[in-house]
Amino acid sequence: MAVNVGALSVALILGFIFVFSFMLVGRKATTGVPGKFQCFVEIIIEFISTSVKETFHVKNKLIAPIALTIFMWIFLMNLMKLVPVDWLPAVFGMVGLLITPEAIKYDVSEYSFLEQVMAHPWSYLTIAPTTDINITMGMALGVFFLIIGYSIYFKGLGGFIKELSFTPFNHWALVPFNLVLELVTLISKPVSLGLRLFGNLYAGEVIFILIALVGLYQLPLHFAWAVFHILVIVLQAFLFMMLTIVYLSMAAEDH
Amino acid sequence: MDINLTLLGQSIAFAFFVWFTMKFVWPPINNAIEERQKTIADGLAASKRATEDLENARAKADDELNAAKVKAAALIDQAKKRATKLVEEETQRGHAEREKIIASGYAEVEAERNRVREELRKQVAFLAITGAEKIIEREVDAQKQSDIVEKLVAEL
Repeated sequence: MAVNVGALSVALILGFIFVFSFMLVGRKATTGVPGKFQCFVEIIIEFISTSVKETFHVKNKLIAPIALTIFMWIFLMNLMKLVPVDWLPAVFGMVGLLITPEAIKYDVSEYSFLEQVMAHPWSYLTIAPTTDINITMGMALGVFFLIIGYSIYFKGLGGFIKELSFTPFNHWALVPFNLVLELVTLISKPVSLGLRLFGNLYAGEVIFILIALVGLYQLPLHFAWAVFHILVIVLQAFLFMMLTIVYLSMAAEDH
Repeated sequence: MDINLTLLGQSIAFAFFVWFTMKFVWPPINNAIEERQKTIADGLAASKRATEDLENARAKADDELNAAKVKAAALIDQAKKRATKLVEEETQRGHAEREKIIASGYAEVEAERNRVREELRKQVAFLAITGAEKIIEREVDAQKQSDIVEKLVAEL
């Protein structure tokens, strides 16, 4: 099976930027008057801490780091959408054309230079990783395992299976029916998480691509759509984080 | 766009980043924030306490001041009374002195007058005797007639 190297490496680079910049702040964190970047980081931490405390009432030291990771990572990955849609692909296609021109499988000798560049497979780079369904579903899969893990951790394996079997109808004859219902509920959580993020971001990216096709008029259009997307970027990151917290708190608490 | 190994890679990366955040990112920053919150809370409490202390000190100072004022008023009062008493005493003493001086003056004058009167009597007696001598034209023995003279002097 293939790996989407572009999207995954951008995602990893962004993830490392996030963890290392935050770790640096944490290492140099002073309890006195904080610097500006520390202030910024602390605002995010406080914001996430508040969100977590409002929703997740069981004491758990994993939940807040999960929320922080999800929020910051998805935010950074979404943020890549504000990079003009064909700018980095063109750069990478150019580099690819210089290093491995044989990677283009068909005859491009009559193409213009830019067309050759964009014909090179390296130009298929997905600069915004969250427009790749593998990335969003990968995150959702992680959350899915966390939901199962939290359920088992807080209720025990028996409690988890019992919850799946005896809700909403507490009768042994309806166990199969309950199981179907509850499993759909369970599986729909990561699916909805991943698809929501992917759908929003991919649709936005498609519009960016369409805008990029209209020629010179793309500049004001691109600007307007990008401004609108500043909202989408933060909102989707926040939604993913909030829903994760909600799902995990549902997994951790008895109904 | 299909589902492929990227999914798994992303899931693993996600797990790694969550672990990393839990281990190295969240605790130090959160600790710093909580510690600062504690410091700020302590500072606020301390300032509140200081304000209360100040208030107490001010009230105490007011009390002391009032007490001192009362004491000072009492002292002044006492001093005034004492001064009045002193003046009165002095006045009385002065009066007494004056009376005494006047009395002694009177006595002196009286003594002087008596003395002068005596003198005058003697002179008058002498003049009377001299007159009598001239009238009777003879020597009167003052020694022999001294009883008459004495009598005369006593009558003056």
